[in-house]
Amino acid sequence: MNMNDFSATLLTCALGAYVAGIVGALLFQRAEKLANGVGFGLAAAGGVCGIFACASSLATGAATASQSFALFPSLIPYVRFGLRADALGCFFGMVVSLLGVALSIYSLGYVRGYYGHKNAGVLGAFFNLLLLATTLVFLADNAFFFLIAWELMALSAYCLVSFEHEHAETRNAGVLFFIMSHLGTGCLILGFLLLFQASGSYGFEGFHALGDKMPAARRNVVFLLFLIGFGVKAGMVPLHIWLPAAHPVAPSNVSALMSGVLIKTGIYGLARVCFDFLGTPPNWWGVTVLTLGTISAVLGVLYALMEHDLKRLLAYHSIENIGIILMGLGAALMFLHSGHPVLASLALIAGLYHTLNHAVFKALLFLGAGAVLHATHTRNMEDLGGLAKRMRWTTLCFLVGAVAISALPPLNGFVSEWLTYQSLLQGFGTTTSLIRLMFPLSGAMLALTGALAAACFVKAFGVTFLGQPRGDHARQAREVPFPMLLGQGILVAACVFLGLFPTVFLKLFDPLTRQLTGQQLSQQLTMADGLVLSGGPAQGGTVSTPGIALMLLCLLPVPLTLWALFARRAGTRIGPTWDCGQRGLTPQMQYTATGFSKPLRMIFKALFRPRREVQREYDFSPYFTTTLRFESHVEEVFQTRIYRPLRWLVLRASRRLRALQAGSLQAYLIYIFVTLLALLLFAL
Amino acid sequence: MNLPALVLQLLLLLLLAPLVSGVIKNWKAKLQNRRGPRPWQVYFDLAKFLRKDMVISEHTSWVFGFAPYVVFLSALLTGLMVPMVHLPAPLSLFGGVLAVVGLLALGRFFLALGGLDPASAFGGMGSSREMTLSAIAEPALMLAIFTVAITAKSTDLSQMALSTQSATWKLLNPAHVLAFAAMFVVLLAETGRIPVDNPATHLELTMIHEAMLLEYSGRHLAFMEWGASVKQLVLMTLLLNVFFPIGLAGPGAGAAALGISLLAYLAKLLALSAAVVVVETTNAKLRLFRVPDLLSAAFVLATLALLSTFLFH
Repeated sequence: MNMNDFSATLLTCALGAYVAGIVGALLFQRAEKLANGVGFGLAAAGGVCGIFACASSLATGAATASQSFALFPSLIPYVRFGLRADALGCFFGMVVSLLGVALSIYSLGYVRGYYGHKNAGVLGAFFNLLLLATTLVFLADNAFFFLIAWELMALSAYCLVSFEHEHAETRNAGVLFFIMSHLGTGCLILGFLLLFQASGSYGFEGFHALGDKMPAARRNVVFLLFLIGFGVKAGMVPLHIWLPAAHPVAPSNVSALMSGVLIKTGIYGLARVCFDFLGTPPNWWGVTVLTLGTISAVLGVLYALMEHDLKRLLAYHSIENIGIILMGLGAALMFLHSGHPVLASLALIAGLYHTLNHAVFKALLFLGAGAVLHATHTRNMEDLGGLAKRMRWTTLCFLVGAVAISALPPLNGFVSEWLTYQSLLQGFGTTTSLIRLMFPLSGAMLALTGALAAACFVKAFGVTFLGQPRGDHARQAREVPFPMLLGQGILVAACVFLGLFPTVFLKLFDPLTRQLTGQQLSQQLTMADGLVLSGGPAQGGTVSTPGIALMLLCLLPVPLTLWALFARRAGTRIGPTWDCGQRGLTPQMQYTATGFSKPLRMIFKALFRPRREVQREYDFSPYFTTTLRFESHVEEVFQTRIYRPLRWLVLRASRRLRALQAGSLQAYLIYIFVTLLALLLFAL
Repeated sequence: MNLPALVLQLLLLLLLAPLVSGVIKNWKAKLQNRRGPRPWQVYFDLAKFLRKDMVISEHTSWVFGFAPYVVFLSALLTGLMVPMVHLPAPLSLFGGVLAVVGLLALGRFFLALGGLDPASAFGGMGSSREMTLSAIAEPALMLAIFTVAITAKSTDLSQMALSTQSATWKLLNPAHVLAFAAMFVVLLAETGRIPVDNPATHLELTMIHEAMLLEYSGRHLAFMEWGASVKQLVLMTLLLNVFFPIGLAGPGAGAAALGISLLAYLAKLLALSAAVVVVETTNAKLRLFRVPDLLSAAFVLATLALLSTFLFH
């Protein structure tokens, strides 16, 4: 054990707590309250240990490469159950532990909704297993161990997605997740085998900078395999279709974990492979990642705008944010190619800081959606409304999350997008070829994404929480229990701190960039005692989120003085909303979520191909309708144009192949014999 | 940070913004053979709004009362980040163009929420349209700014102005001219001017900005209106002083230079207002679904600007 002893012990404690959580939750599954308390309590404890372990080894700089220790001895050759807490792993470990704490506390309240009709113990056990497996994915130092943890993660996630398996929608989503996930794993296995061929071992240490020693063609194949394998997990367009299906149907605490951390394992994998294993990248890798990131960002937010299912909307936003993260990583790859390690570090920091930020605010939003679901039993925004008066604290938390995800100052989404803009703009000078136009153009697309995200969250927040309730469930909603609010509160605090004090957190990235690009940027990015964030050594510009927050407060006396000067005697009356002289407004007269996004549906109709059906029955004239039925659909291009034909092909091919599997034993024996013969001939 | 400069710029923002709106209204009326309100009428309107009682809808939550302050304060804060009469701007260090755009978006976010809160169909309509059109305008706005930022190698507005100022010939650079044109179109859209929105009408099914304000009254309305006019002044200043920084006093300028700079600024402001008036009078309001064409034209202009920086260097 040559790693920082303190961190290693804590890390082992964290993993132990998760294991104890699995056992405890299963043991007490008959007593659901106890199972809930033990399962999620231990998960929270494990998360706390994990945060301290990872943050302390990042902060003390102990988290460097090749600091690893064996978790337990292995009897199988090539496999070593070793953990290596290097900077990259520690950073992601910190993200998962942070969310683990907030989500476990939230779950203590949320799981009460399942008492009596679902098994809380099983939920707690799988939740702990998922946390354990995800932590191991980030810390594994051996390809075999990594793949085992990876599969464990996929399987426990599958079980959690299918937790409410009595609904057909949930079962279908679970199967889709399962298939896509294994498609990705298949690519990963091939990729690792190719790496093994070049290095002769499965240890990550042997893979370091291996790409430089490999033939170019093989290196490109490895890159593509990993891009597909990790891209599926990250939800990168066009491999994203499982994500909006699987995330909404899972229990909300699990959705938050999946959107917050699980898809980040794809980002971790890409960062690990591209920056650690594959050496100096050719230019097209970065161009590909940047392009895919830009497409994912724009398409993700556009599809999110068309949703009126609160959790599906959030799931599509995960695709958008993965796109923004990939823009940072892609730009970093391009800068590494052109020999600008400082800029590459800036872009990498931008991408990874957004990873952390997205984990925090997306989990917060999913918890808010979960609270709404808990209180109203519906995810359909068209039945909601007016919750701001009924669920005050949840409303406030969701609003903070909405402002953060829309990249509005002074919260954390703004900071990481600011860093992304800076790296893109400074990237313009790194090359003289036409390819440099990509940087400002993807910057413009990032601006479009940000503005559309703001539109989407005006819709999501406005329709769900503001106005009049559109249904009985919303009218009778009550505030959720305290643990659920506490879980959200932790994440709200994280959003605020990550937004207002980015320079503090940038120090944690120093060991990370030292490991991956050999640079250390936090000094250069910090100005004025950490109050101002600078765009880096090339003087890209400055921003100060604490300054902005402070100035907003300092300017407050201006309207207050005006109030005191002019409006001292002005009174306030409560009255009805103006109803054009008709008698009373009904909740149905409000703008709906579908109506809100109609202009965008029309503007982007080439993409959405909207169609609608209106059926009306009337007595005298069309103006006096008795019943009205309205249906509106948008087409998901990837589903109908790529995956449906693909599925058809696969099914047809399997039908053909069925002839081989006739069920006769003699035929099978012949197959075995022929295969053996062929292999022997091949060996000769 | 220079405190007197900050206070002076704050006062200039607060006082000049309504006047610019008033001047545009007055000149527009003159051009249409009407007498029109006096340019300083807007001040009286604001004072009247401030003094009036408020009627607040029974359906609203705290968000409704919170929104006017966010709109007003975020607009004022952006004004302190943009250089008006001297370089650098008082709060230049606190954020450049990305912060300005972000803060304007923050104001817009709460403005749109304020529109949705009273549960009226008009407010929702306004919010929906505002968020849609601003989203479509955003790439053009950013790309036009990036063109200048890339040349200046900084997103700091004062740096950008200095870099444009340092070589006056750059003003006639095709990149610069194209970016200026794109930015002008965005200005019309963002301030709700005629080809996009009509600031003069209420209760018309085509209204955007006014629809969101429909339920606001009293001092809330005053802050909303004032915030909107400050935002308009900020965007105009951005266009004038970053893309066309002639006469702008540099760092360490004396009183005389500052005076000249103020005069130059006012002259440029009046010229730009005149341009807005001419556009508003000679054009009809576009149908909502034609506006994206206009804005994508602005995006194409900005892309061309970017391409020409590539070609002419």
